[in-house]
Amino acid sequence: MGGMNIENYRDVGTRVDGRVPMEPIADAWAVRKLELPLVSPANRRRLRVIVVGTGLAGAACAATLGELGYGVDVFTLHDSPRRAHSVAAQGGINASRGSAADNDSVERFFRDTLRGGDFRAREADVHRLAELSSLVIDHCAAQGIPFAREYGGALATRSFGGVQVSRTYYARSQTGQQLQLGAYQSLMRQVHSGPCTLHPRMEMLDLLVVDGEAAGIVTRNMVTGEIRPWIAHAVVLATGGYGTVYFSSTLAKSSNATATWRAHRRGAAMGNPSFVQFHPTSLPMSSQWQSKTTLMSESLRNDGRVWVPVRAGDSRDPSQIPHEERDYYLERLYPAYGNLAPRDAASRATKQQLDSGRGVGPLHNGAYLDFADAIERLGPAAITERYGNLFKLYEASTGESPWRVPMRIAPAPHFTMGGLWVDYNAMTTVPGLFAGGEASVAYHGANRLGANSLLSACVDGYFVLPTTVAAYLSQRLGTDLPSTHHPAAEQVVADVQERTSRLLGVQGRRSPLVFHRQLGEILRGRCGLVRSAEGLEAAVDEVRSLRTEFWSDVFVAGDSGHLNQELERAGRVADFLELGEMMCVDALDRDESCGAHFRVEHQTADGEARRDDTRWSCVSAWQTPCGWGEPGESRRLIRRAEPLEFTNIQPGTRSYR
Amino acid sequence: MSGQTIRRLTVDVWRQAGPDAPGAFERHCVQDAAREMSVLELLDQINEALVARGDEPVAFDSDCREGICGACGCLVNGTPHGPADVTPVCLQRLWQFDDGDHLVLEPFRARAFPVVRDLVVDRSALDAIIAAGGYVSVATGTAPPAAATAVGHELAESAMDMAACIGCGACVAACPNASAALFTGAKISQLALMPQGNPERDQRVLAMVSEQEIHFGSCSNMGECVAACPAGIGLGSIARMNRELLRARWHRRIGYRR
Repeated sequence: MGGMNIENYRDVGTRVDGRVPMEPIADAWAVRKLELPLVSPANRRRLRVIVVGTGLAGAACAATLGELGYGVDVFTLHDSPRRAHSVAAQGGINASRGSAADNDSVERFFRDTLRGGDFRAREADVHRLAELSSLVIDHCAAQGIPFAREYGGALATRSFGGVQVSRTYYARSQTGQQLQLGAYQSLMRQVHSGPCTLHPRMEMLDLLVVDGEAAGIVTRNMVTGEIRPWIAHAVVLATGGYGTVYFSSTLAKSSNATATWRAHRRGAAMGNPSFVQFHPTSLPMSSQWQSKTTLMSESLRNDGRVWVPVRAGDSRDPSQIPHEERDYYLERLYPAYGNLAPRDAASRATKQQLDSGRGVGPLHNGAYLDFADAIERLGPAAITERYGNLFKLYEASTGESPWRVPMRIAPAPHFTMGGLWVDYNAMTTVPGLFAGGEASVAYHGANRLGANSLLSACVDGYFVLPTTVAAYLSQRLGTDLPSTHHPAAEQVVADVQERTSRLLGVQGRRSPLVFHRQLGEILRGRCGLVRSAEGLEAAVDEVRSLRTEFWSDVFVAGDSGHLNQELERAGRVADFLELGEMMCVDALDRDESCGAHFRVEHQTADGEARRDDTRWSCVSAWQTPCGWGEPGESRRLIRRAEPLEFTNIQPGTRSYR
Repeated sequence: MSGQTIRRLTVDVWRQAGPDAPGAFERHCVQDAAREMSVLELLDQINEALVARGDEPVAFDSDCREGICGACGCLVNGTPHGPADVTPVCLQRLWQFDDGDHLVLEPFRARAFPVVRDLVVDRSALDAIIAAGGYVSVATGTAPPAAATAVGHELAESAMDMAACIGCGACVAACPNASAALFTGAKISQLALMPQGNPERDQRVLAMVSEQEIHFGSCSNMGECVAACPAGIGLGSIARMNRELLRARWHRRIGYRR
C-alpha cells in the first residue's frame, strides 16, 4: 500500500550517470586521476574558481586550489572563515592506518562505511574515502593540529559507533574545531599570499548558468545589501547540510540550504533529500525558548551506558532506581555493539523507549547516559581527559553535573546524508558546478557513521575537488569569461532582487521564525525518525499550504539596504518550505526502509529496517521543473535515479545484534 | 531546574543603525523568563516581541550556540560574555540572575572592532593576524606520514590548551589597551609547542606580532583578557609569545637564520 499515490507527486525521469571508473574499485581513483587532464602551473592563475562556504570542505578546497596557483574567490556568510559549523564536530575523524593490532584495514573501513550506510552509497566513492583517509591525517598533523597522543608520542585513537576497531583520531572533544582551524589557517595563508580572495558576510542567493555551464553566482552583501554577480570558470559549493529545516537541530543557527537549493532550482539534481540522520545523544528540549538541541558527542558512548527505567512513568531520582529496574536497552538489543550501535539504530531504539512512556526528566523526553560505572572503573582523571569539556558543556547547558547525575539525551536532527547529487568527480548535473562535504550526497548512503563527516569534508576539500575541478578547468583554458553585464547575469540579479522585494513586500503578520517552527513540527512528526506513507502524504499537503500562507502572510521587518537578519532568515525559510516538500515526496517515493529512512510499512519482525534491493538499490536524483512550487502550479517533481552496483561485497542485512 | 522563571528582568540593549550612526540603549522589560534560558535566548525572546509589533529586531552574531564557533560575544553588564567564568554568552544562563535584576547588553568596545549594527562588530582584524603567519606552511599532499613524528602526550595537551581559542575577541574587549595579545599568543604558543610549527617559529612570531600592533594596542600584563576568556586561555600564552619574540629578535640580531 505504501506509495500508492506516488504518481500524483512525481514523474520518473532518465537515469543519471555517476561516471564511475570501470576498473576494480581498489584502483578506481588512481586510474581516474591518471585520466584527468592537467593545467600547467603558468596557466593556472588565468583560471578562476568560486568556492562558496568556508567550512572544512570549502576552506580546504579553496586553500588547496590557491596553493596550486588558481585564482579563487571564497565566500562565507560568517564574519570569519573560522566559524563554520564543522567547528562543532566533537568526537573525531576516522582513518584506517591499518597497522594497529586490532586488525583494521582500508578494506575493513570501506566495508564498515558501506554497511553503515545500508548499501545506499556508491561503492567507488566509499573506497576512495577509506583509501585517502590516512593522507588526511598526515596533512592535518603537519598543519600542527594537536591530535591526542599516547604517552609514547604516537597518535591516539578511540572507537565510534558501528565499528569494532579503534580508528577515530581526535583532539580532545574539539576535533572539528581543530581541523576547521587548520583549514582556515591554510586558507588565510593563501589569502595573505594572494591567490585566494576572501568575501566574508556574503550570502550566495543564486547560481549563474551560461550556455548550460556554471559561470558564477549572485550574492547579497549582508552588511550593505548590495546584490551583485561574480563570474568564474567553475563553482564549488561546500555550504553544508540542511538539518535546520527541522527548526531545532544540532546545527548552527545560520546553517541553511539556500545555496544548494538555489543551485538545484537552476538545474542541479538533489540526491536522496529525505536521508537525514538523527543523532542519538543530543540534549532533550526543555522549553520553547531553547534555540537548539545541543549535541553530546558520540564518543561519550564509549564509556557511558544508556538506560531508561523498566517501568513506564517511573519518576524516581536515577540514584534511587536499582540496577535490576533499569533497562540498558542498547546493550540488550545490540549485544555485539552495545552502546556503540550505529546512530540510526540507537536513535530509533531511544524513540521507542520514549514513545512507550519510559522517558526520563521533567518532560519525560530523554534517556539516561550514565557515567557512574566508567568513573568507578577508570577514575575521574581519565574521564576528565576524555570528556572533560563535554561534561562542562552539559553542565553549562542544563545546570546538572554528569559527575553526580546521569546525562539526559534524546535523538535530534543532525546530519543530512542527502544533498546535491554528484558524480564520481564531485560534479553536479550542472557542468562546472561541484559540491563537497555535507552539501553533497556522496559517501554516507542512508546513514553516516560517526567521525566520517570530518573525513568526507577533508577528502573532498583537500584531495578530490582540487583534482577534479582542475581537470574541468583544463577544458576552459582560453575561453573568455562572460562579463558581469552578460544578459544571463543581469537576469539572475534581477531575479534575486525581485525575490528580495517580494519577501519584504508581503508585509503580513507572522515572522519567518513562526513559519520555520511550524515547518519543523510537520517534518519532525512525519518525515523524521519514523515515516509512513499516510503521514508523508499528509505532510506534503501541510507543507504546501504552509508555503502558500508564507507568501501571503510573512512579515519581514526592515529593508534590504543594511544588515537585516530577518530578511536573511526569510529567504532561507522560503527555500526550506520548498525543500521540505521534496524531502517528504522522496521519503514517500522510496518505498522501502534503509538506514535512517525508516518506513513503518517495511520492517523486520524485530523492528529493523527492511531494504528492497530489487527496486531501490539506487540514489534518487530529483529535479524540479520550471514553475514547480508556485501557487496554483500542479507540476510534479521529476525523480531520476542512479542505480548502485556492488562488485566487492554483496549487500547483506545489516545486523548489529 | 525546569519550569522556574524569573519574574522580572530589565534589559538595556545597545541599538546602533550603522558604524557611523549614533547609538543608544533601548529598554526592554522581560517578564517570566525561563531560568535555563541563555542570554542569547533572552535576546531571541526580545526580538520575537519586537518583530511581533512590527519593529526591527536587535542584530547580534551567533551561530553554534554551544560555545565553540566564537561568533557570539557582547558585554553583559560591562563584562565580555557575562558573569560565569570560561563561558561564552551563548551558554551564560539566566539562573545567574535574580528577580528584578538589570542587564546591560552592549557590543564589544575596541577601536579595532567597529560596530556594524547593534551588537554586531567587525572582528576581521583578528583574521589579519592569522593571515600574517598563524599557520604551518604545508601544501596539501606534501606532508610526511603523521606517525613519523612522535609528539609527547603532555606537549600535545599543552598545545591543545592554546589551540582551544575560539576567536571571539573577548580578550580585546576586556583589555584597557584593546590588545589582542592573548589571541595572538595562543596561536603562536600552539604552533611553537608542536614540532610541526618549529621551522617557521621566528618568522611567525615577528609577522604576527607586528600585524597585531597595526590593529590593536600593546599588552601591559593586566590579565583582564584571561578573566574574560571563554576558552580558558592562560597568561602563559603571552609569556611564551614574548619569549618567542625575544628569541626571534636575538636570532635576527646575531644573523642566525633558522
